[in-house]
Amino acid sequence: MAIDTQQISDLAREIRIQILHTIKGAGMGHIGGDFSVTDILATLFGAVLNVDPKNPNKADRDRLILSKGHAAVALYSTLAMRGFFPLEDLKTFAKPLSNLNGHPNRNKVPGVESNTGPLGHGFPIAVGTAIGAQLAKNGSRSFVIMGDGELQEGSNWEAAMFAGHRQLTNLIAIIDRNGFQQGSPTSKTNELDPLDKKFESFGWEVRVVDGHDYVALHKAFTDPQTRPRAVIAQTTKGKGVDFMEGKAEWHHKVPSAEQYEAALLQIGKQ
Amino acid sequence: MSEVLEEFDNRIIFAKTLIALANEDPKIVVVCNDSVGSSNLTEFRDLFPDRLIDVGIAEQNMVGVAAGLANAGFTPFVCAAAPFLTGRALEQIKADVVYTRTNVKLCGMSPGIAYGELGPTHHSIEDIAWMRALDSLPIVLPADEAQTAEAVRWAANMVGPVFMRIGRYKVPSVSQGQSPAFIPNKAMRIIDGSDITIIATGTLVSRAVAAAAELKATGISTRVINLSTVSPLDTAEILAAAKETKAIITAEESVTRGGVGGAIAEFVVQNHPVPMKLMGIDSFAPTGSATFLLEHFGLTADSIVASARELLKHGK
Repeated sequence: MAIDTQQISDLAREIRIQILHTIKGAGMGHIGGDFSVTDILATLFGAVLNVDPKNPNKADRDRLILSKGHAAVALYSTLAMRGFFPLEDLKTFAKPLSNLNGHPNRNKVPGVESNTGPLGHGFPIAVGTAIGAQLAKNGSRSFVIMGDGELQEGSNWEAAMFAGHRQLTNLIAIIDRNGFQQGSPTSKTNELDPLDKKFESFGWEVRVVDGHDYVALHKAFTDPQTRPRAVIAQTTKGKGVDFMEGKAEWHHKVPSAEQYEAALLQIGKQ
Repeated sequence: MSEVLEEFDNRIIFAKTLIALANEDPKIVVVCNDSVGSSNLTEFRDLFPDRLIDVGIAEQNMVGVAAGLANAGFTPFVCAAAPFLTGRALEQIKADVVYTRTNVKLCGMSPGIAYGELGPTHHSIEDIAWMRALDSLPIVLPADEAQTAEAVRWAANMVGPVFMRIGRYKVPSVSQGQSPAFIPNKAMRIIDGSDITIIATGTLVSRAVAAAAELKATGISTRVINLSTVSPLDTAEILAAAKETKAIITAEESVTRGGVGGAIAEFVVQNHPVPMKLMGIDSFAPTGSATFLLEHFGLTADSIVASARELLKHGK
């Protein structure tokens, strides 16, 4: 199926701008991981998910669970861009009593499926929504986005094993493989590779794609399935701003006034 | 002393009620952790093979999957041995169920020291304290067959998370035909009295009733409250006990620190302090059967009687 990459690219650019504004305004956020996951979110919300901003709880919607809940600002910016709530609300992020907490809250933010934050929680939930859709026979598909470092949590492998066992054909696990966890490269902390073989041995189909290539992502998210599919999206932490890309310190650093202007300029041209 | 009462394993009525509910409502599903046998769910599985989701020995995944099923519009009953459900999956219970407010029914099977000789790894004496710490999570401890049936039905029909304990070893009926046997959010005053109150839960209720009979024979009028709902606490009933009787004993098959005794004491000390004695299991158990351990920890009618006399003698 052909997709309008310009439209997704426009959405991704606007999401990055909102992320930048929001984190600058709040003085906090996880900008590196927000930017690495942006193109994945833009592809999903721009061209894949069956969701309705006017009816965010409709029963047969596709489920997108952001297990890496620390990328909340990326999700909020995407949801606001898609009309789940006013863009204006992003200014309240992390302010006292705001609905937009540092980690997402389903009961306060339309479009959020679960209150994530502690790592290793979203995957089992997505297995549950996928089984639920099969029982309900409503065609709903489930997507979960995890950070790569997050896969060090054992609960994910409980979920992977069970989804493989059930051969869930309506489940896609997306790994935002930016290669970094909070303090250092994943390879130096607790090696994940060979990640593809790990998932294959759990009964999954695996696609390794460029996590910033809309066509490749779209294909990986929409090709017919005979098994659960893991999409290992090779991404760049801080993607879109050259001085942030691949730098561990941008996990949750806040840009200065000059850095903000420079970043805005770069993103605006994308 | 007293007549021998017929005793019941609450897991049997639990499974029977779940099957009845599943027949009425296609949204009822069960999620378990290789616990079909121990949760008495074989018949449920035979009747509704698609609606029993056995994740294997993986409690974190079990609770997460249940949260996902609730998100998809189902009413999952998670049935797993209480120590593993509440201990292993505590963060999933906190974040995916209670904080997210998903419609998941957490059923802690074989709680307390039901597993006897299997030892403290398999005992669940901390569960009530852990669950009480979670914001607005209803905690229900049915004391007998009738209460179990009614509590399970109530849980299925209310929207939101619940934690309930489903006992393993046989207990006598304490409801004695009373209808309803279980009232949501209410403590059940099953014997009235004016000298002292015993607030008991679960398996300890029948022992409290026996203690009250013995105390009555020696002229001590004893009120017995079956606290089948620990959270939210029926504060009106507790306040009445503090005002209308001279002392309060709590009896539970769990740690009193943060447990049922803790819950009552927190309320009483801030509202109408009276002498109290908290009876429970505050240390890891030695080897022994459940019956032996209840005696070992003084959770018997005789010990409750002795505590009552002591409290009334010294506690005024």
